[in-house]
Amino acid sequence: MEQFFIPAAVLCSFLILVLPGKVRFYFTLALTLFIICVTSIPAAIQLLAPFSATDLRPESAFAASLTSTNWIFKGYLGELHFTIDKLSSFFILITNFTVLTGILYSRGYLKAYENTKNPAQFALHYFSYTWLHFSMLAVLTLRDGLPFLIAWELMAVSSFMLILFEAEKRATLKTAVNYLVQMHIGFVLLLFAFLITESGTGQMSFDALPAYFANHSNIGLFLLFFAGFAVKAGFMPFHTWLPDAHPAAPSHVSGVMSGVMIKMGIYGIVRVLFSVQSDLFLIGWIILVVSAISGLMGVMLAITQHDLKKLLAYHSIENIGIIGMGLGLGTMGLALHNPILVLLGFSGGLLHVLNHSLFKSLLFFSSGSVYKIFHTGNLDQLGGVIHKMPRTSILFLFGAFAICGLPPLNGFISEVLIYLGLFNGLSTGSVYQSITLLLALIALTLIGGLAVFCFTKAFGVVFLGSPRKETQDGVAEVSSGMLFPQYLIAGMILLIGLLPMIFLNPLINLISVEFHLSPLPVLISLTGIFTKISLISLFLIILVSLLMIIRYLLLKSRKVEYGPTWGCGSLNTNSRQQYTGTSFADNFIEIAQPVLQSKEEYRSIREDEIFPSKRSFNMHPSDIVHSALNKATDFTMLVLKKLARLQTGNIRHYVLYAFIFILVIFVLLYLKLI
Amino acid sequence: MTGALLAIVSVIFFPGIILRVKSIASGRKGPGILQPWKNIILLFRKSSVFSTTTSFIFRLAPAVYLATICCALLLLPFPGMPSLLGFEVDFILFAYLLALGKFMFILGALDTGSSFEGMGANRKALYSMLTEPAFFILFGTLVLLSGHLSMQEIFSHFQFAGEFSLITGAIAIYLLVQIAMIENSRMPVDDPKTHLELTMVHEVMILDYSGVDLALIQTGTNLKFVLYGGLIANLILPVNGGWFAANVLLFFLVQAGFAAAIGLMESFRARKKLAKNPQFIVTLSSIALIAFIVVLLLTRNLLR
Repeated sequence: MEQFFIPAAVLCSFLILVLPGKVRFYFTLALTLFIICVTSIPAAIQLLAPFSATDLRPESAFAASLTSTNWIFKGYLGELHFTIDKLSSFFILITNFTVLTGILYSRGYLKAYENTKNPAQFALHYFSYTWLHFSMLAVLTLRDGLPFLIAWELMAVSSFMLILFEAEKRATLKTAVNYLVQMHIGFVLLLFAFLITESGTGQMSFDALPAYFANHSNIGLFLLFFAGFAVKAGFMPFHTWLPDAHPAAPSHVSGVMSGVMIKMGIYGIVRVLFSVQSDLFLIGWIILVVSAISGLMGVMLAITQHDLKKLLAYHSIENIGIIGMGLGLGTMGLALHNPILVLLGFSGGLLHVLNHSLFKSLLFFSSGSVYKIFHTGNLDQLGGVIHKMPRTSILFLFGAFAICGLPPLNGFISEVLIYLGLFNGLSTGSVYQSITLLLALIALTLIGGLAVFCFTKAFGVVFLGSPRKETQDGVAEVSSGMLFPQYLIAGMILLIGLLPMIFLNPLINLISVEFHLSPLPVLISLTGIFTKISLISLFLIILVSLLMIIRYLLLKSRKVEYGPTWGCGSLNTNSRQQYTGTSFADNFIEIAQPVLQSKEEYRSIREDEIFPSKRSFNMHPSDIVHSALNKATDFTMLVLKKLARLQTGNIRHYVLYAFIFILVIFVLLYLKLI
Repeated sequence: MTGALLAIVSVIFFPGIILRVKSIASGRKGPGILQPWKNIILLFRKSSVFSTTTSFIFRLAPAVYLATICCALLLLPFPGMPSLLGFEVDFILFAYLLALGKFMFILGALDTGSSFEGMGANRKALYSMLTEPAFFILFGTLVLLSGHLSMQEIFSHFQFAGEFSLITGAIAIYLLVQIAMIENSRMPVDDPKTHLELTMVHEVMILDYSGVDLALIQTGTNLKFVLYGGLIANLILPVNGGWFAANVLLFFLVQAGFAAAIGLMESFRARKKLAKNPQFIVTLSSIALIAFIVVLLLTRNLLR
């Protein structure tokens, strides 16, 4: 059946380019829905297939049919093998959900551009969107190196096209090109990694990795894969494309890119990790350290940002760090033969992949709505949005709670899993292991605390208080078409928060099958833990409602008065005196200045200045990796500019160069140097 | 559940003892033990004034603040009694519930759009962010020492670790007292008696609250004290070999002692400069870290 449907869908996608404007969106939606159905059904069957590791004999054909769904397409260029196993299934379902909410949101979001963009640009945009979806699914299902790399490349190109939607802005163009260049650095690393696999085993495929790792040193090839995938995932030294690309793209694209596309890097890392056989402790340690640094630096840099979407982009780096900490912990568990650590680490990391895809797309969508209405994402120009857009505000707050890992929402669940792993590992194993895990623990608590700091800043400055800039009247909430997908995501967030075991069961099953572990003890203890967490969460919700009712009943019969905010004696307060994002971040930046290197720009008041004149204060966030890269490229440019003097445009000089070249060759030959 | 109920009982006299100790230390007669609660009940009877800048966040924040603290109370174990709601790593839920309350409380302050309340909110966010590692490292140490993960078991096994439990217990009590002081914005970092909005933390955040909402916040703040007092009591109270009634009495004594200690500390200690506060708070984490490493080395090398 799929032999017909999937090529048909791929061909149909070209119709998006030619269809008239009114039909185009619905056609794209229908096509996306179709692809989602075709891929989600086998994925869901794979993921939920109820069998345990004990009755699985991997060599039998029956077991193979249970562990994966295989689709083979024969064409003129050879065969394409699509394999949907449990790991792919998990990522496929996440991808499909986010892509669906993204496209539903895009309709309302892109309406604002209908007057300024021509139909061809819209057509190209939706075409690229569909192809981003196709290529992500292909990345998740292809195992052979060459087709995988082609899909990987398609993913980079289609997302490049999506970022370019507002190409008339110079900054967007620069960002997009930067993105494309960096993606290709990652691509080259992956290509090398696959070539090394081929030279070792004769086969260029993920399936050949176990054979390679069995006979060769593990750490080298793993690090090559890790670096290649880390560029996409946005781990710390490789992240510089991310904080620019997410804000430059339209919000639904940022949501999809941050929610699922960067997770393809995580998928790749997990896929390789599933095959690694030795050097496990070192590998786990490296992942843990890189992740902890990514997490900490990501959230610290997020605090310094002035732009809402850029702030969210840095939070993606933070969350990739949290995911990586889970994976690193699991890998350490593999090295220590500690099944509890393996299950908790990997399931925490993978559940956080799902969680992050939900709350990050929600945050990007709701901040996109703010951008659409107020035409700015600058924290210090917004304010009081909650009075104009109450629904969007609640949705953003929901996402903020989730991303800070606060109960009773989903972020808390995955963080508890990782904490549980960390504390479990703390009391067993060597002194060095305990100290490493303690440092990871400190990093994770700091990340949690800093995220709270950052989101109280973001929500407080943007949504609360009074507007910092005059806005035109008639500003209102976005359409319900844009709100609906966000409600959908919020519902999922709450569902995972209150009933986590529904999602954890298949995940734990996936990991235990992969590593041939027994899931039952962990499942039983987790069920106990999460039942109690759910009970307390439920109690919390009931208690809050009860207190609100009491409050309402008490105040109902009394005369409530309204007045201006208490100005501490001053009667002439205005909205520009409010605490801004910059001032909120200031005392943190003061502490963290050695790492953050933010630049302040102001003139202090001179002693003889009795009546100070008007002055300004500017705070420029900077990213140390970014500035180091800039320094390197600036230096290269300088050298190249100096060398460009050779290029005089004078033909006689070129003849002279040729003559010198021949002379040098002659001399070298004479001296028998070449 | 027992712990929660006893903590709620002890909250009746807790703020009164602080006030009374402070007044005696400064040579005044002072109000009755129940005066703070009489004030809160008075607030419950009053109507409210709201700023026109505020939204529903401002009205929701006190309820969430109080509710999270009540939920955290449910997790409080009591020695010798089976814990109904305790589970492995319940102290994480404990800390994150309090973080949720703080989050909403900070938003409530920012909702007024006042620059002073912004300052207070900002300081609160920074201090609680810096305090969290100390709490987690402390529990890491206790987990290491006791080999268990739920608060009930940590506290009941912790006392059998021999002479280590004495020294770790002392450090843990010191840290918990300091964390409670910072979380409640009390003396070394903030002075509830200060009159200048510019230097306040907690007091400036509740400037615009009145009536029922203010009463909810103050109830929450008092409960937060007995919450930490309850943790301290768990470290001190004997696990077995004692009847329940004696333990209950001891629990109240510990709470009263904690309140008296706060009163004395506030009477004889000056608040720090605001700029020095982060340094002070980070010191707590380092103390916890040192405790962790000492326990780690002792348990791994000397015991085995």
